[in-house]
Amino acid sequence: MSNDAAFVEFQHVQKSYDGEILVVKDLNLSMPKGEFLTMLGPSGSGKTTCLMMLAGFETATHGEIMLDGRPINNIPPHKRGIGMVFQNYALFPHMTVAENLSFPLEVRNIGKDTREEKVRRALDMVQMGAFGSRRPAQLSGGQQQRIALARALVFEPELVLMDEPLGALDKQLREHMQFEITRLAHELGITTVYVTHDQTEALTMSDRVAVFDDGRIQQLAPPDLLYEEPENSFVAQFIGENNTLEGVIKSINGDECVVALDDGSEIDAKPVNVHAAGDRTKVSIRPERVEFNKDRLHADAHTLKATVKEFIYMGDVFRFRLSVAGNDDFIIKTRNAPDAIKLSPGQEVEIGWLVRDCRALDA
Amino acid sequence: MSDATQSGPMLAADGTPLKKSLARSLRRRKLRALALVAPLLLFVLLSFVIPIISMLFRSVENGIVSETLPLTVVELQHWDAESGELPDEALYEAFVRDMVVAVDAKQHTRLGTRLNYEQTGMSSMFRKSGRQIKRIDPEADGPFKDKLIEIHEGWGDVDTWRVIKTHAVPITNGYFLNAVDMQRTPEGAQAQPEDKRILIKLFGRTLFMSLIITGSCILLAYPVSYLLANLPMRASNMLMILVLLPFWTSLLVRTSAWKVMLQQQGVINETLVWLGFVADDARLVIINNQFGTIIAMTHILLPFMILPMYSVMQTIPPYYTRAAKSMGATNWTTFWRIYFPQSIPGIGAGSILVFILAIGYYITPEIVGGTKGVFISNRIAYHISSSLNWGLAAALGTILLAVVLLLYWCYDKIVGIDNVKLG
Repeated sequence: MSNDAAFVEFQHVQKSYDGEILVVKDLNLSMPKGEFLTMLGPSGSGKTTCLMMLAGFETATHGEIMLDGRPINNIPPHKRGIGMVFQNYALFPHMTVAENLSFPLEVRNIGKDTREEKVRRALDMVQMGAFGSRRPAQLSGGQQQRIALARALVFEPELVLMDEPLGALDKQLREHMQFEITRLAHELGITTVYVTHDQTEALTMSDRVAVFDDGRIQQLAPPDLLYEEPENSFVAQFIGENNTLEGVIKSINGDECVVALDDGSEIDAKPVNVHAAGDRTKVSIRPERVEFNKDRLHADAHTLKATVKEFIYMGDVFRFRLSVAGNDDFIIKTRNAPDAIKLSPGQEVEIGWLVRDCRALDA
Repeated sequence: MSDATQSGPMLAADGTPLKKSLARSLRRRKLRALALVAPLLLFVLLSFVIPIISMLFRSVENGIVSETLPLTVVELQHWDAESGELPDEALYEAFVRDMVVAVDAKQHTRLGTRLNYEQTGMSSMFRKSGRQIKRIDPEADGPFKDKLIEIHEGWGDVDTWRVIKTHAVPITNGYFLNAVDMQRTPEGAQAQPEDKRILIKLFGRTLFMSLIITGSCILLAYPVSYLLANLPMRASNMLMILVLLPFWTSLLVRTSAWKVMLQQQGVINETLVWLGFVADDARLVIINNQFGTIIAMTHILLPFMILPMYSVMQTIPPYYTRAAKSMGATNWTTFWRIYFPQSIPGIGAGSILVFILAIGYYITPEIVGGTKGVFISNRIAYHISSSLNWGLAAALGTILLAVVLLLYWCYDKIVGIDNVKLG
């Protein structure tokens, strides 16, 4: 993993709080300068611990964390020069907005004139120029969020950490802020580590996403690869909507394999992390890649019989719940296009898919 | 909307005015709330508010002279106290008539005690004269002037009549003047003689020592509260028990323990002598003076400072400190600029509590204070239970109450009472 261009690097980092359980197990990660990387995972997966180790509030039990080529394990947080945005903003309630922003500059002994200039620029950057004399309690959640962002950026750090910064905002504001944050990060060329448990946020904002589970990075990839080519069944389940069929590998032939499902039917799949015939596997297919229009399938493609259980109208898409090979929660989605076929409950259909869309993953 | 076009008051569905309808629906709830608080309200009123008001009234009430000597008081109005001459026969006659009635009712000794607060000797003069005036017949035995002077030469002293005239008013400021080391004289309010002025000094000492005690409580309580709020659960619970332990011990026991510790043959002195830090003949005097009072009271009032501080510090989330450090602040800057300002409401609450408790404290100064370390409240207790000068005690208490309220008002102006939090 070692890479000379790496700006932030975790080398075999482990973390345990009680000496019995490893919260972070052998973490290796390397980020180039200017990257927007998201740590995504369920709660308790170790992503926040990693962020806190990088910020310096937790020490790594084992391994080395490097920042710009220097090991930082023994550098206290206040000397790391890392900007941080907290989940609950952590705006100091006894200071005005301008004083909040001025604080990181004051502790760096920056002169009053420069300080005021920088505070003004930072406030303008987040379109909060008129709010300098307010107290944080007088601001709405979205405004506090902007101030917290400005405060993390005002001292021009090269690395900014964000710990679920949009968790407390409503949906519309959250989407708007997602856009704002990515825009600022790219405009200023800051390296950003962003922690969230919201996969939409991770997919829309990041250059790369690290999916955490059980103290390990399960997959580190750009959003499109993560969604379309999950490397194991955890990632396939965690990112987006996913259909799972369980079975046993019957044969592997290069880029294709045949999977015998538990009810005896057979399907084609792309072997991802299965190794030999006889392995148990979970086959993953995205709902929008399932095809029930036979004309679009290969002539020799395996198909499955399915019964429509439910039809859900969602406006832009149609959603059907099917019973397939013993799985009653098999979802397919079709776009609400002029030529869309509407299935009705009780109808029997034959479904299939392209081999590359159906991934045979670990069981 | 139809409401907008409707003129006059809003109406409820059945046509009654909405306000009336709302008041009716809320009335029952208000009555029930009142009924629930009524017993406590009554209890507080009867056992707290009324006694305090009646006690405060004693500081100005002075009906005893005019009630016991009604005729004399009328005659005294004609007498010029500034003339330096004794009153005329009419007054002496009125006095004898009053006294005969008073002696029958055994009121004359009470009057003597009252006047004795103003001029010593009055009590025995009234008691002695009473016995002999009893034998005088006011109808037959006149003239009385020389007879009275014969009974007790005090009746021939102009000062005696001046004192009686000065304190004949039913509502007096005399007690309050006494409380601030002054006295009521025919010439108006005047300072007490030098050797009798102790109360102002005592007030000053009480305020000063209460401030020192509050200050030392802040210094000692702050680190403990910080630990309580920031240690892991188990350790902080243990520490909390240690903080509360003194609460479960009798106040007298704790104060007496300090006596054992601090006296000249006590634990501290013995240890210091044994270690050779202090010569045997130069043992430290650390009790029965201000030092002893400050030490013992700081210890006793400490929990009242720790608890409010702790409950405020507990509400300061750790992410503020983290945020400050991530912005480059050192530990000290983080504490001083971020943590400390947010803990001020706790200091404020604790200070008010400790200061007000200290200013009226009585038992501890009484036991460890000696003569130099006593507070104004010890003086009040003395006048209530020993000298029985309740009027003066009430005046002192009223002044103390006023001072506390004044300080509270200043505190509100300077710090703001909104900045006080108990949790």
